[in-house]
Amino acid sequence: MNTLIDVQNLTLQFRTDEGLVTAVDNVSFTLDKGEVMGLVGESGSGKSVTAKALMHLNASNAVYSPDAKITLFTEDGPVDVLSLRKPAELKVVRGGAVSMIFQEPMASFAPAMTIGKQMIEQLQLHSDMSKAQARNLSVEMLDRVGISDAGKRIDQYAFELSGGMRQRAMIAMALSTKPKLLIADEPTTALDVTIQAQVIDLMKDLVDEFHMGIIFITHDLGVVAQTADRVNVMYLGRLIEEGPVREVIRTPKHPYTQGLIAALPKLEDLDAPLTPVPGDIPSPLERPPGCVFHTRCGQVVGAACSSVAPEELAIDDTHKVACHIYSEAGV
Amino acid sequence: MTDILIRADGLSVGFPIGGGIFRKDVLKAVNNVSVSIEKGSFFGLVGESGSGKTTLGRALLKAVPITEGHARYSDGEVDLDIASLEGPALKDYRKRAQLIFQDPYAALSPRMTVRDIIAEPLEVMGITRTREETDARVREIAAKCRLNLEHLRRFPHAFSGGQRQRISIARALVSGPQFIVADESVAALDVSIQADVLNLLKQIQSEMGLTFMFISHDLSVVAHTCDHVAVMYLGRLVETAPTRQLFAGPRHPYTRALFSAIPSLDPDDRGKAQKLTGEIPSPTNQPSGCKFHTRCPFAVDQCRAEEPQLEGDGSGHEVSCHRWKELMETVPA
Repeated sequence: MNTLIDVQNLTLQFRTDEGLVTAVDNVSFTLDKGEVMGLVGESGSGKSVTAKALMHLNASNAVYSPDAKITLFTEDGPVDVLSLRKPAELKVVRGGAVSMIFQEPMASFAPAMTIGKQMIEQLQLHSDMSKAQARNLSVEMLDRVGISDAGKRIDQYAFELSGGMRQRAMIAMALSTKPKLLIADEPTTALDVTIQAQVIDLMKDLVDEFHMGIIFITHDLGVVAQTADRVNVMYLGRLIEEGPVREVIRTPKHPYTQGLIAALPKLEDLDAPLTPVPGDIPSPLERPPGCVFHTRCGQVVGAACSSVAPEELAIDDTHKVACHIYSEAGV
Repeated sequence: MTDILIRADGLSVGFPIGGGIFRKDVLKAVNNVSVSIEKGSFFGLVGESGSGKTTLGRALLKAVPITEGHARYSDGEVDLDIASLEGPALKDYRKRAQLIFQDPYAALSPRMTVRDIIAEPLEVMGITRTREETDARVREIAAKCRLNLEHLRRFPHAFSGGQRQRISIARALVSGPQFIVADESVAALDVSIQADVLNLLKQIQSEMGLTFMFISHDLSVVAHTCDHVAVMYLGRLVETAPTRQLFAGPRHPYTRALFSAIPSLDPDDRGKAQKLTGEIPSPTNQPSGCKFHTRCPFAVDQCRAEEPQLEGDGSGHEVSCHRWKELMETVPA
């Protein structure tokens, strides 16, 4: 079996002063070993919350639906992620078999500890390495991600490194425990384009070398096109389209995915007008009934759009879309 | 010949950074920059973080002191020397030149209603005399930014990012400025909303005949909105040209690398980008000669020794590179 992680019926709500807020609504997907999945969506789409659920990392006011199930397949057998409670059990999804890279590398390193101390600490937590072994491996990993003079850099603090370097150090730290699944949450968003290109290249090399699965969360379809094998598109907590990267980008089926691609300024055609997706993303407190996108959709096909949530339909073996256009046309 | 609204000549901005009693270290964020911005144009300024683009924008608004060089603002009514503005003349300039910030979540006071946020510049600058006059002006500008009366009574937290940015735009416009610096004004917005705000800025600019300086790190956004683009690197202008000309034939190796680093939407383009190695050097420790030589794949000894100057070809396209002509012929973009 080649499946690395299997997410079924994930519904996630947060208890707030204004009532229960739904962040993720009945999302199911799987990721194979060595596969790079792009998880695309705008702010409030639930992409980061979904990723954090894989590490059971959401805040204590999170409420998971009873039928939600996340299974991680490790060498020691399957792990039911949502049933993990004790810190010792959670280690496997928090830095053990699953690692995460965050968007803001400055905020993810402790400012008053050297990079090395943080890298060594987590290695000792996840393995029975001695301090010296952990240090050697950390220097080696920093070197692997292209940090020159790694033996010296390891004793520096996060503020002494530039943005690109910090993100490299973050990647080195996340990979040093040899995770099976790497979750990268907007890892290049805070970087300049030239540095972004370097980091993307580095991540691709590392996937090949370590053969791990990656969930690459981003709002940038260009970055997805350059990195992912498959794409999942989320909107207001729903998974609305999924498929191989070429198909989703070249022949998007969902009106939202189509709108997202049309809204991108294209360098090839400077005369093309910019076409925004009309309206604003609704507040999660006022989730539209039926299809969550119908308030902004230009292709509403009937009353069903505002009353019935569309089921995911298979366009072909790999490409799926949740939209009434296709259910009523009988595709 | 169209009128020039803003003309900067040899403009530098330095910040003191420690040193001792006898020695003063200065970080030159903007170094000897000359630009002319035509009246009624949409002028784009691009570069990586640390290139000095924000500092240049602020210097032109006199939000940071200009340490060397000159900058003039002339809109037909007044002709001002920006560097030496003070007192009433500076107050007058504040009405004429405004700034739109990057982050619409941080730029709006959470304790003020949208009406008060937009009205504040009018009251502070003493532009309107009565409350009725203020309200009328606020409503007029709000309508231009597609905000209705209902919106004006609410507080900023009730709005989405795109709506908040429209409020920021309304506030910048309310004093009737001629010149607006938009600093990364769509960078914090989602893609589906970004196009909407860009279209709004363009529409306002053409309707009201405003001049924009649009600062952005996103080249594709700049390509679609600006008439003229200037590329900055480490405090210097390295290339400036009309937008179409620049995107059709970038001349500076840095501009070319920037273009090439934009992730393509075509999954089959993987690995085709020409990669720039290294990172932008620290402005406190600048390389000799051409500032870009440490990362330039085409650098030769001359580049390390001698700093190139901007040179034009009469078409408005200027570039500062010793080897651009040769590279245009030998290295395909």
